[in-house]
Amino acid sequence: MSEPIHLKSAHSLRDAIRAKEISAREAAEAYLDHIDAVDGDVRAYTDVWREPALARADAIDSQLAKGEDAGPLAGVPIGLKDLICTTEGTTACCSELLKGFRSPYDATVAEKLYAAGTVVLGKLNMDEFAMGSSTENSSVVTTRNPWNLDCVPGGSSGGSAAAVSAHECAISLGSDTGGSIRQPAACCGCVGMKPTYGRVSRYGLVAFASSLDQIGPFSRDVEDCALTLNTICGHDRRDSTSANLEVPDFTTSLTGDVKGVRVGLPKEYFTDALGVEIRAKIDSAVKVLESCGAEVVEVSLPHTEYAVATYYIICTAEASANLARFDGVRYGNRAPDTQSPEEMYKKTKSAGFGAEVQRRILLGTYVLSSGYYDAYYLKAQKVRTLIKQDFDAAFEKCDVIVTPTTPTPAFRIGEKSDDPLSMYLSDIYTISANLGGNPAISLPCGLTESGLPAGLQIIGRPFEEGAVLQSAYAFEQNSGIDLGVPTAIAESVS
Amino acid sequence: MSTITEKDVEYIANLAQLTLDDSLKARLVGELGNILDYIDKLNELDTDGVEPMMHVQPLTNVFRDDEIAPSLPRERVMEAAPKHDGEYILVPQILEGD
Repeated sequence: MSEPIHLKSAHSLRDAIRAKEISAREAAEAYLDHIDAVDGDVRAYTDVWREPALARADAIDSQLAKGEDAGPLAGVPIGLKDLICTTEGTTACCSELLKGFRSPYDATVAEKLYAAGTVVLGKLNMDEFAMGSSTENSSVVTTRNPWNLDCVPGGSSGGSAAAVSAHECAISLGSDTGGSIRQPAACCGCVGMKPTYGRVSRYGLVAFASSLDQIGPFSRDVEDCALTLNTICGHDRRDSTSANLEVPDFTTSLTGDVKGVRVGLPKEYFTDALGVEIRAKIDSAVKVLESCGAEVVEVSLPHTEYAVATYYIICTAEASANLARFDGVRYGNRAPDTQSPEEMYKKTKSAGFGAEVQRRILLGTYVLSSGYYDAYYLKAQKVRTLIKQDFDAAFEKCDVIVTPTTPTPAFRIGEKSDDPLSMYLSDIYTISANLGGNPAISLPCGLTESGLPAGLQIIGRPFEEGAVLQSAYAFEQNSGIDLGVPTAIAESVS
Repeated sequence: MSTITEKDVEYIANLAQLTLDDSLKARLVGELGNILDYIDKLNELDTDGVEPMMHVQPLTNVFRDDEIAPSLPRERVMEAAPKHDGEYILVPQILEGD
């Protein structure tokens, strides 16, 4: 028997649909059936759009039957993180406050993916308002890691990562403010990329920290990542922070070759905080790149140890401002029976926001409050300048920077949920790329002894996603690493 | 170095329009205190003369043409509002009196 549909990469499925070997409807049905089989264990979806997805797949099939071009990803089943606004279904950011919210418009990325011919299967679980590193802060459900159901999938885009790894969609979108795409991609053993700040329109992305947030794809290989970027990148007049720059065809960077590419290893990332097993995987990954012609150089990012502190001032300050809009007036679940606007705001927010969201709003309010602004917020903005300057100096000596994505593999559910600070530190290697605005990818670089994936991070200069993808693809094609189907769901896949 | 008291937590909760019960308040004093102690690490750095970064891209004012374009469909906007009369979103009375 030929390979089951849901095991195919997005590009090979797309090719088979184009060649009419498989219909878009068959592809959607195969994925929906697979969701039925495994999502009871994985819990990646918060809402599955069975009927709309099948109707959409039929529409793609009839376009193809007429010989029309149905788009570069025609018939490919995808999933969207629950903070990307869609007129179909709900967009709740996995918060009680927004439970049941139906967006009056589609996010730009959703429009672009529809235009490319994709079939959206549903919305994916996340930490409430993208605040967290484990998906345990979701008000809906805790997603479980497809490699070990007792472990977290990472976060905040844990549903998006787990769904791709568990073959519950071919591609998904997430958002990354301090590592929320790359860290779960590393934990779940898939490819996840945060493009350059400004590369992808955020119109219709519910904002967490506006100077850091960026939308990006999850996929099972680097080629699918490049194809998705081709679709979602570009300037949008509805997002004034989106960059008005040409978007290259990212698939042209997938040469398999890295001859002459200078790969920088920042010494500050390879300290005792890095687990020995992950370190060994990164060392072998660097050897693979070297054997493909890359030149390895040591670089320094001296302010690395200040990144987490800087980040938690800036992101909470911005979050406290962004989340002020959820006051029960225009959308969301207003607290009942209130007598004044002030009472309405307070009761709505206190009942609607979960513990981590309230904690961050309070921290952000504190660092912005009179008397503390200079000591915290202004100080953090200055250190952010130093972190950006570190990257600029390092990229004089190298073309890409290679690091681990996380210091350890996925941790156990509940292990860090009572200790916010230790949860924050799980993003220690991903946060700097957000502060600097750089593009960065995480891709699998093997399994640990305990059978959990390890992630390799490749960071590039702003707007040089192509260079990041080039190195990622060369590693993927030459490392011989293929994690295969995650162990915890393998039975349901055969 | 920085200590945050229960009174501070109450003060910022009020600014943020949050109501905290006593057990949550007590927990937050500890948790926010730990996070602030960690954040104090930044004081090790001399940042005199360093420009603060507001935004990572060198963008200044972004203008667009002032053109008339359709806005969101009113029915869908109203549908999302917790209370409305079809034309206006309704909130509890703001001014005292009749």
